[in-house]
Amino acid sequence: MMDTKLNGPLPAKPSRWPFYFFLIGLFAIVLISAIYIGANPLTFIQNSDNMVDLFVRMFPPAWSYIATTTPAMLETIRMALLGTTIGMIFSIPIMFLCARNIFGLRWLVELSRIGLNILRTIPDLLLAAIFAAILGFSPLAGIVALSIFSIGIIAKLSFEAIENIDNGPLESMTAVGANKLQWIAFGVVPQILPHFVSYVLYTFEINIRAAAILGLVGAGGIGVFYDRALGFFAYDQVLALILYTLVVVIIIDLISLKIREKLL
Amino acid sequence: MIELNDVSKVYSNGVKGLDDVNLKINKGEFVSIVGLSGAGKSTLLRSINRLIDISSGDIKIDEKSITSASEKQLRLIRRDIGMIFQSFNLVKRSSVLRNVLSGRVAYNNTLRTLLNLFPQKDVDLALKALERVNILDKAYTRSSELSGGQQQRVSIARTLAQEAKIILADEPTASLDPVTTKQVMDDLKKINTEDDVTVIINLHFVDLAKEYSTRIVGLQAGKVVFDGTPEEATPEVFEEIYGRSLKEDELLGEENL
Amino acid sequence: MSQRDQLKKARARKRGKIALILIGLIAIYVWAISGIEFRGIQETAGPVTKNILKGFISPDWSYVYSPDGEDLIRGLLETLAIAIAGIFLSIILAVPVGLWAAKNLSKSFITSQSGKGVLSFFRTLPDIILALLFIKVVGPGAFAGMLALGIGAMGMLGKLYAEEVEAMDPGPVESIAAVGGNKLQQLAFGVIPQVLPGFISATLYRFEINMRSAATLGLIGAGGVGTALIFAIQGRSWDRVGIILIGIVVVVLIVDLLSSALRKKIT
Ligand SMILES: Nc1ncnc2c1ncn2[C@@H]1O[C@H](COP(=O)(O)OP(=O)(O)OP(=O)(O)O)[C@@H](O)[C@H]1O
Ligand SMILES: [Mg+2]
Repeated sequence: MMDTKLNGPLPAKPSRWPFYFFLIGLFAIVLISAIYIGANPLTFIQNSDNMVDLFVRMFPPAWSYIATTTPAMLETIRMALLGTTIGMIFSIPIMFLCARNIFGLRWLVELSRIGLNILRTIPDLLLAAIFAAILGFSPLAGIVALSIFSIGIIAKLSFEAIENIDNGPLESMTAVGANKLQWIAFGVVPQILPHFVSYVLYTFEINIRAAAILGLVGAGGIGVFYDRALGFFAYDQVLALILYTLVVVIIIDLISLKIREKLL
Repeated sequence: MIELNDVSKVYSNGVKGLDDVNLKINKGEFVSIVGLSGAGKSTLLRSINRLIDISSGDIKIDEKSITSASEKQLRLIRRDIGMIFQSFNLVKRSSVLRNVLSGRVAYNNTLRTLLNLFPQKDVDLALKALERVNILDKAYTRSSELSGGQQQRVSIARTLAQEAKIILADEPTASLDPVTTKQVMDDLKKINTEDDVTVIINLHFVDLAKEYSTRIVGLQAGKVVFDGTPEEATPEVFEEIYGRSLKEDELLGEENL
Repeated sequence: MSQRDQLKKARARKRGKIALILIGLIAIYVWAISGIEFRGIQETAGPVTKNILKGFISPDWSYVYSPDGEDLIRGLLETLAIAIAGIFLSIILAVPVGLWAAKNLSKSFITSQSGKGVLSFFRTLPDIILALLFIKVVGPGAFAGMLALGIGAMGMLGKLYAEEVEAMDPGPVESIAAVGGNKLQQLAFGVIPQVLPGFISATLYRFEINMRSAATLGLIGAGGVGTALIFAIQGRSWDRVGIILIGIVVVVLIVDLLSSALRKKIT
């Protein structure tokens, strides 16, 4: 064993207390939150037979329900498709407004960004609930909700892509004396188009998932059937719906991924 | 003592990393391993502490076979073998002291180490090790804030804190400048002579090998083609090991120092 | 064939491809639009919209805080609490599953692949559906919402964690193995310190999503401010809808800002 007596002075040891306080504080917040909402592991354990019962009654899945709900599933896909498309159209002007390197107007850019950030805070299902109240219980409410929801995603991702574009082509457009619209059309659009299409597809993937549950608040699609099956405690139908949705989501993801890979 | 008996290593892609290697390295030796890139130097070193499983043969450390050791035995054998890497392999976000202390994990029970509750004796050992390589003042600094040479000295301190009986060093100076290279080599030599620690080191520069080692082993395509003292390692010998005369970049060159 | 012919042919082929894509797109949209059952907009749409807008302009401020009973602050606090407790549960679940799914930590491809399978299953399950199921288990309320978020976020978090681990430097882990550290010690000294900033950043990102999710859980009876919102909508008290939406926007915005500032600081 080596002699461990030090010859020189020991450097000052930084205090660990700030770190410990931070950890304790964090833990306290979690604990208070859990108590505030009455999260009790015991409730969960006591009710675990409910859970077992739920699982048992899920099997076997009610496959026949898939045929019954297929029109609604197709409606879900249609809603996602149209919602994404409308959102895409509205995103185009918004993303140019939000990008700092397109228009020189500082206040307009900042204002658009604040607006977009506010828009992005509202969850899809809330939008759907409100539009179902305005437009009535119909797929139309879902489409409008998804359109607005899509703007938040597409415009955000796209304006960030615009801000990251290569300056060279822009400068050469300015050099040949292009006006603003020509400048955008020839300098900016070719650079961001593949990204933009990719973001639209990505949003479509998200919207398929979202559209599947909008029916819970009366905004059309397959979600209506979730509500119905759960209301009747028909868990085998619920499982069939879950699996059906899963398969559709995965297939659409795969197709979308293939196209996106081709683009970029 | 380290013994390699008929050791061969064939990688899954069919490349022969080691080809029937027989070596006996005694306690306290300073052995340099030289050879072309791809000759099998790293493979040899990493076989000794079984970071690589060999395909055939046997490796014994102080009479105990590491080749057939159980998980538990393997950890105990490794505890006595320090390793120094070209890329330092420190956790950059952890403090220097924690990196050095990590050399003590195998001496303590797992729960204690997970909670970072090392015995005071281990902490003292780690601090002393840092003092010996002249970076005690950096004990509580983040490792990422250290220069390359300082980081490499942290790994040397780790092997010291580990109280290793053998140090394996895989091109420890390859990413360092000539001056720092010399400091690191001096540190290793000091540990070798003062603590009687066996050092096995892969070197890219033959003049470093000649200057510091007591023995030089030449590898070529996984085979030992030379094994002798630095005096016996004449330019002709190196020419044979490298298959050609030495190039500029295989000499560190005195004028660089 | 001359060069010009070749060029012509290539151009024709490209045109054909574009035409094909266009025809495909048109067909898809015809299918989509013709299939949407347009039942017309309910007559009340105009007045309701007007009322909602009016609700935004003159929201029901009295609802923000009332000393007894239901108010907006309590609803928002409950939403925050669901998101916090939920993310905590997800972390506990996602760390082991994430490590399991990281391909550089397991010896066999099958092990990590099965971990990834588990994660992607949970990722496709919507939080809301999970909440509906948990309501059946523990009854309606915030606890069901928290469980749903905890399980629902696990899929995404675990995937992000696994990706973080897969991108780490194997060197430090190897050096802990070389000094005789066992698997747990390799994890604690080699893996965790390296991936911690990435883990925290991913967790914060998911927390932002959790806030939004938690705000909707109440719509289906799983606690939080959504409960008040759905009652206000059903009761047609638009001024209250207005103030609730303003509350949600403000809180989510604050959480977003704090979280992204923190994330920037870490990485
Ligand atoms: N994991 C592996 N899988 C397959 N082949 C490998 C692997 N590691 C090394 N090899 C091969 O084994 C041979 C010896 O490699 P080794 O790394 O031991 O060489 P080296 O002498 O250390 O070279 P260098 O000076 O470049 O570090 C080389 O041909 C190498 O390509
Ligand atoms: Mg090597």
